[in-house]
Amino acid sequence: MTDRPPLPVAPEPNAVPAIVEAKDLERYVGQSLRTEELVVNMGPQHPSTHGVLRVVIKTDGEVVTALQPHIGNLHRCAEKIGESIPYYQWLPYVDRMDYLAAMNNEHGACIAIERLGGLVVPERGEYCRVIIAEVQRILSHVMAVGVYGLDVGAITPFLHSFRERERGLDLLDHISGGRLLYHYVRIGGVKRDLSPEWIDECRAFLAQVERRLPEYNALLLNNHIFRERTCGIGVIPRDLAIAWGVTGPALRASGVDWDCRRDAPYGIYDRFSFDVPVAPSGLSGVVGDCFHRHWIRVMEIEQSIRIVRQALEQMPEGETQGKVPKGFKPPKGEVFLRVENPRGELAYYLISDGGDKAYRARCRGPSFSNIAVITEVAPGTLLADLVALMGSMDIVLGEVDR
Amino acid sequence: MREWIDHLAATNELIGSLPRGFLYTIGIALGCTAVLLFVSLFAGEIVWMERRVAGRMQARIGPNRVGPQGLLQFLADGVKLLAKEDVIPAGADKPVFLLAPIIVFAGAFAAFAAIPFGYGLVPADMNVGLFFILSISSIEVVGVIMAGWASNSKWAVLGAMREVAQVVSYEMPLAISALTVVVLSGTLNLTDIALQQSGGIWNWYVLQSPATFAGFFIFFTAMLAALKRAPFDLPEAESELVAGFHTEYTGFRFAVFFLAEYSGMFLFAILTAVLFFGGWNSGFGLESLLSGEAERWVGALILFVKSCFFLFVMIWVRWSLPRYRVDKVMYLCYKVLLPWSVVAVVVAALQVLLFSALGWSR
Repeated sequence: MTDRPPLPVAPEPNAVPAIVEAKDLERYVGQSLRTEELVVNMGPQHPSTHGVLRVVIKTDGEVVTALQPHIGNLHRCAEKIGESIPYYQWLPYVDRMDYLAAMNNEHGACIAIERLGGLVVPERGEYCRVIIAEVQRILSHVMAVGVYGLDVGAITPFLHSFRERERGLDLLDHISGGRLLYHYVRIGGVKRDLSPEWIDECRAFLAQVERRLPEYNALLLNNHIFRERTCGIGVIPRDLAIAWGVTGPALRASGVDWDCRRDAPYGIYDRFSFDVPVAPSGLSGVVGDCFHRHWIRVMEIEQSIRIVRQALEQMPEGETQGKVPKGFKPPKGEVFLRVENPRGELAYYLISDGGDKAYRARCRGPSFSNIAVITEVAPGTLLADLVALMGSMDIVLGEVDR
Repeated sequence: MREWIDHLAATNELIGSLPRGFLYTIGIALGCTAVLLFVSLFAGEIVWMERRVAGRMQARIGPNRVGPQGLLQFLADGVKLLAKEDVIPAGADKPVFLLAPIIVFAGAFAAFAAIPFGYGLVPADMNVGLFFILSISSIEVVGVIMAGWASNSKWAVLGAMREVAQVVSYEMPLAISALTVVVLSGTLNLTDIALQQSGGIWNWYVLQSPATFAGFFIFFTAMLAALKRAPFDLPEAESELVAGFHTEYTGFRFAVFFLAEYSGMFLFAILTAVLFFGGWNSGFGLESLLSGEAERWVGALILFVKSCFFLFVMIWVRWSLPRYRVDKVMYLCYKVLLPWSVVAVVVAALQVLLFSALGWSR
């Protein structure tokens, strides 16, 4: 069966056509002008869709009446590839899902595979993992905070955020050799040990981020125009957030006190003391609005700095890479693990049939659920608010499509 | 301009033998050409200034390769844009599409005819100068709506819609807040307005009355909106509308829009300086030390420096603030700026009445 175009509908006898010839004008005197909704294609090349998201928007003037995100432009078969190559070869592909949080992706994938195979990671390796995962979270959030400024029209904080990000990328570059995709976390440990020089540089980086955060807040969080643009805009109520599977900062901005690192600990996150920022902020706005999502990210940067500092303090000496048998074949079984990515809960579901490849590899990307909810929230808002809303969800299309 | 020509005609027999009307016409044409050249070149330098200041603010460098400190960057950009393919989108309304940049350019540049760059340095010294500038600079809107409509692009139409709504609305507080000065000075001639502010800094209109003091801030805000500068850059809101009405323009046509935008900035920077900040008067009696031509050109330099300061403020604001939302922009115009500008004019009028009743001058 092929889809046929719908049959043309006979026009109403007296309906005003879209274009009226001058000679026919008199016929339509007294009738109101025919108006139409404008269907606009936002993306995949639009500057504020953060990648290759395509959103088809129906607009009535500036008001969005309906919208439909079209995803899949960045689909790279990450899951299927995971089923056709050995586990250790899959890790670089995992990097590429959420390319702004590659370390966090690797961290989760490695833990899932280790649980499947019953492997043990040395203490120092665990600490290295937490440190780089949190550094990555800081980088991701710093960038999200800056890019959100760009979405609401402030360009300067965006470039400031790249100044901090650059320093952090240098850190990750030092230990892994890559700036965006690292392949640093390996099954059973990490690739390289953190040197004392690296640790000093890391502390300096943390101090720099801490010092600059008030600057960002002066330019965005405490700016009057920024608050006007974000407070009460794109409100995702608590129930809606839960129903649509929204996770991460967006969920906490809706007032749900949930963070995998604290409530479903993985790795060694249960050893650190940190707060989970939850809306309301007590500043302004409504719980679940764009302002709170932004606020949560700013607060989480501070908490991540706390975690990294504790980890650097506590880190024991020793090996970083545990023993992994040659031709690693986990026993039959399955594992489900969720980890807290900067964007939300990233979950891995792996089934092993006893071979060196996963029988089934499946990921649950937080951005996918987070972007889906905009179809509920956006109708009725202005076009400018839609941009503010999409920006505040902080999606990465690589992970939506995988 | 006329006094120069009269002077020339009186001293040179050959020139004096020609009819005066012809000489005036030639003089105005030459003056306008000089202004056009100067403004086009300086608009390029404003682009450079904007990029350097933005770079400084954003912890980067900005263009510094072409010419000393990158001063000739705009020439390189202009050549690049000239060399680009001139794309006319399929389905575009071709004649309108081609005409739109010309109208925008004409509107922006015609306004300079009545701008005094210094005492006597005005191409056409008309007694309705301010009125002329405000009205002819709004012709730009026609070009913008033509560009948006003819592009056959939805983003361009949305951008043009926003721009027309915004610019037409903000013309009102802009003109009314400028009226505060007109009410006090009793003239629309910009040369006369500037002359009235000679002497000390307290003679500047911004310090003359609470009405003009408030009027200046309303004028500056409305000016930012009329120029589509951030935080009111909605028509070109990059993150929302791609590039607004000139989304589909490429090459030199795009450059013309760009040039018109920056020359508009320069226009209003000079206008602010002339109306509120003493024009070419330094404010501390520097002119009294000089005389004749030297005074004229030093005055022009002072005015230039003042307008550069306002350009800097515009750039500074742009790179600091997020963008307003479209409905808030309209709210600000009709419910905040417009009523307060009317109040300012009424206060100015009452002041004039009161002062004349008491027999004070100003």
